[in-house]
Amino acid sequence: MTENAFDIKSLNLWYGDKKVLKNINLAIPARGVTAIIGPSGCGKSSFLKTLNRMVDRIPIARWEGQIFFNGLDILKKDIDLVGLRSEVGMVFQQPNPFPKSIFDNVAYGPRIHGQKNKKELNKIVEQSLKDAALWDEVKDNLKHPALSLSGGQQQRLCIARALAVKPKILLMDEPCSALDPVATARIEDLIADLQEKYPILIVTHNMQQAARVSYQTAFFLQGEVIEFDKTKKLFTNPKDKRTEDYITGRFG
Amino acid sequence: MRQTFEHELEELFQDILYMGGLVKKTIQKAVNSLKKHDLEGAQEVIDKDDIIDDLELKIEEKCMSLIARQQPMAKDLRRIGTALKMITDLERIADHSTDIARITLRIGDEPHIKPLVDIPRLAEIAQEMVNKALEAFVQEDVNLAYEVCNLDDDVDQLNNQIFRELLTYMLEDTKNIKQATQLLFVSSSLERIGDHATNLGEWLIYMVTGKRKELND
Repeated sequence: MTENAFDIKSLNLWYGDKKVLKNINLAIPARGVTAIIGPSGCGKSSFLKTLNRMVDRIPIARWEGQIFFNGLDILKKDIDLVGLRSEVGMVFQQPNPFPKSIFDNVAYGPRIHGQKNKKELNKIVEQSLKDAALWDEVKDNLKHPALSLSGGQQQRLCIARALAVKPKILLMDEPCSALDPVATARIEDLIADLQEKYPILIVTHNMQQAARVSYQTAFFLQGEVIEFDKTKKLFTNPKDKRTEDYITGRFG
Repeated sequence: MRQTFEHELEELFQDILYMGGLVKKTIQKAVNSLKKHDLEGAQEVIDKDDIIDDLELKIEEKCMSLIARQQPMAKDLRRIGTALKMITDLERIADHSTDIARITLRIGDEPHIKPLVDIPRLAEIAQEMVNKALEAFVQEDVNLAYEVCNLDDDVDQLNNQIFRELLTYMLEDTKNIKQATQLLFVSSSLERIGDHATNLGEWLIYMVTGKRKELND
């Protein structure tokens, strides 16, 4: 099979008349952390939303091109969206736990997918919380409301919730921008651990974060991929002047 | 954009140029003092070394602070990395000038075993190399940096020539050995200065192109 988690070919995306992604050709490797950086409005979040077809929820959106995932073109109309979204886990900028208990948040996905066995559910919840480095902090309070957790804990809970349905890849959209530096550092450590098991695609405004956590980085600008290279190379010696201007803060 | 950062980078460059200017002068002063038995001049070179050492520390501190506060990336990062490496080479050049000055004091008023011609010539080339390296740094001129490196071949050649010549003086009369050995040290200090100037050129090439080139052989 292919070595890439996503193979994106000639992807174009419009919101109404506005073209937000222009001929994106990108291969997201099946291992390690890939970061996407770029100024606001460059299309990086829209790009992420096409990868699990959340873009379907924007009525004026239409697209062309192909995105191969598991050998299937997930841009086809007849794709199984529920299946796709469980295989492509997503973590958002604002931690968004359900107003339920910690346990029920993590068990939500497996239950929807038909898991009713209490013992199995316990196992999945424990493993997911352990993988999200939250278990030790919540193991005695699994019945407590998720919303009683701190922001950083809530974000790790959301990661655990995504892991509970055994995704093939994790997408993270600015996962730390609502968190303080300590919580951010915990999530970054977690990303470093998780990448052993899951490829991760992270969108971030924080270039230092991209530089810290990722192995390769794509720079988006006005809906185009300007440069895609190893992070080490992109941040010390970028090929494109526009990348250089952006990462050195001399943009515009 | 990023005006404070730009301003601090500019200041950093000015500091390096100032340090470079001082270092360059020590070469000339050290060799002139040697040639003219000018013990006071030699002492001055030795005394000035502290100023250069302090400058190195000051610039180093500025670099570290810029990295910590401004998180430089890409060329900015290479600029600051280059600055950090350059000041080490500059400081070492000044140390070699100091070594030459110490030898001048050691020789004192004792007449030279031969008129000094090649050593001042060697010093001139070494100084030109440092000069060109600093100019290349100001202009971000990679070609000029390569010129610095080419001059290093002349330095090596002249150094060998001086070695052979001093050897004949030593063979001629064993009483020459003491001073001839000292002069050999001077020549080899100047040769090392050439190597450090070559390093400066290499760093400049890295700063501009992002690629490390090994030009010392």
